[in-house]
Amino acid sequence: MNMDRHTLMASVVELLCAIAPELEANELNYARSLRQQVDLDSMDWLNFLVSLHERFAVSIAESDYARLVSLNDIVDYLEARLV
Amino acid sequence: MIEFKLPSLGADMEEGKLLEWHVKPGDAVKRGQVVAVVDTSKAAVDVEIWEDGVMHAILVQPGETVPVGTVLATVLAPGEAAPVVSAPVAVVAVAPVAAAIKAGPSAVVVSPVTRRPAVSPSARRRAKELGVDAENLHGTGAQGAVTLADVEAAAARQGGAVAQGLPIDRQQAMRRAIAAAMGRSKREIPHYYLSETIPMANALAWLQRRNAELPITERILPAVLQLKAVAMALKRVPQLNGFYRDDAFQPVAAVHAGVAISLRGGGLVAPALHDVAVKPLEQLMRELADLVKRARAGSLRSSEMSDPTITITNLGDQGVETVFGVIYPPQVALVGFGSVAVRPWVEGGELCARPLMIATLAADHRVTDGHLGAVFLTELRDLLQQPDSLASSSAVSGQGGKEK
Repeated sequence: MNMDRHTLMASVVELLCAIAPELEANELNYARSLRQQVDLDSMDWLNFLVSLHERFAVSIAESDYARLVSLNDIVDYLEARLV
Repeated sequence: MIEFKLPSLGADMEEGKLLEWHVKPGDAVKRGQVVAVVDTSKAAVDVEIWEDGVMHAILVQPGETVPVGTVLATVLAPGEAAPVVSAPVAVVAVAPVAAAIKAGPSAVVVSPVTRRPAVSPSARRRAKELGVDAENLHGTGAQGAVTLADVEAAAARQGGAVAQGLPIDRQQAMRRAIAAAMGRSKREIPHYYLSETIPMANALAWLQRRNAELPITERILPAVLQLKAVAMALKRVPQLNGFYRDDAFQPVAAVHAGVAISLRGGGLVAPALHDVAVKPLEQLMRELADLVKRARAGSLRSSEMSDPTITITNLGDQGVETVFGVIYPPQVALVGFGSVAVRPWVEGGELCARPLMIATLAADHRVTDGHLGAVFLTELRDLLQQPDSLASSSAVSGQGGKEK
């Protein structure tokens, strides 16, 4: 799969908006902690990661959850694993 | 002839608006089948029927708001012949009158019952998102039904203002319903409160080991261990599981945990996760995920709304240390969990840092005393130190044992 970073970010944001429909996508700060900007409980967070896993076929280890703080972190993580 | 009545879908419900029938006269129905969708002030609920039979007459039409207990339809028992004279016509006339008389403090404004055009499910969903009152639109679909296109056209006319979360009147109705139930709880239930700090290192390490080997779709959240531990601890103190009705406690053998779920846009619901004590953790995780999803999408079932035997609330995700809950009548207890955080702890006379969580119990003094409440919380604490016993408990819990 060859996907530029912009397209990848757009897909990630789209999946996030499916979990939190009240989100204003253009108000998200990609560098800030996601869970400080969006009301996500642990079930929402898990569902978000599951949807990333399903869309990109990337497996996300539970031990990596702590690294996925901002949207940039998430896109970095996916980029490194998408071939 | 069986009367299919509007069930109470929670202590805060006084009436409901019939949105949709899934069956028509002549259709065979089975126990547990969803036959209608009813809107409460909190959510649209799929209402199940609890008898086998054949639908006979539909007495309440989509769009009508009627009090709890109103006969919505008549059902012929298996083998029963349809009566020659159809009496139900009279009942149709009675329902709106009853609705008009009803004026409890939490009653949502009862709109005059008139025949309104049907609204397609997708149109209704979209209308909710857009803050459009679909019931009052001029429908262009078959027999004047309001379609998705009608809703979107109406939203465009309104200036395209997209409501965030629930529309305002819906939020107000939910606020009133919660106020009525919680006000009743605080008036009628003499609450007492206990709390206990629970070391979580064992449970978290166990979960981490288990989840590390599994794909993300099969991982379990700590919330599931908490639910299971509550259900197992209730085996030891069954006096906290059941209902207080007619001046007496009615224990319930099964644990149907009402899981408090906050809704995006405000408000909360606490639908039941059924038979928590006897289900394996994997199944509980799947069902919890499904329940949260459906609660937020507004597609809960009537049995889930009406039969929780205890409520469990977890505010830990928000970083709250302790939550003392208000009991949801007619239940007699509520268990609250705060955040899991690393804090100072003393073990074997040594000060150390450990992940800890505060569990609380709010319970009804008409049924139990602090002593029993304390037995429950210490049992809960001990169970969470032995996560293996929670994982294996489903196999033996039916016989009343709690460990292998």
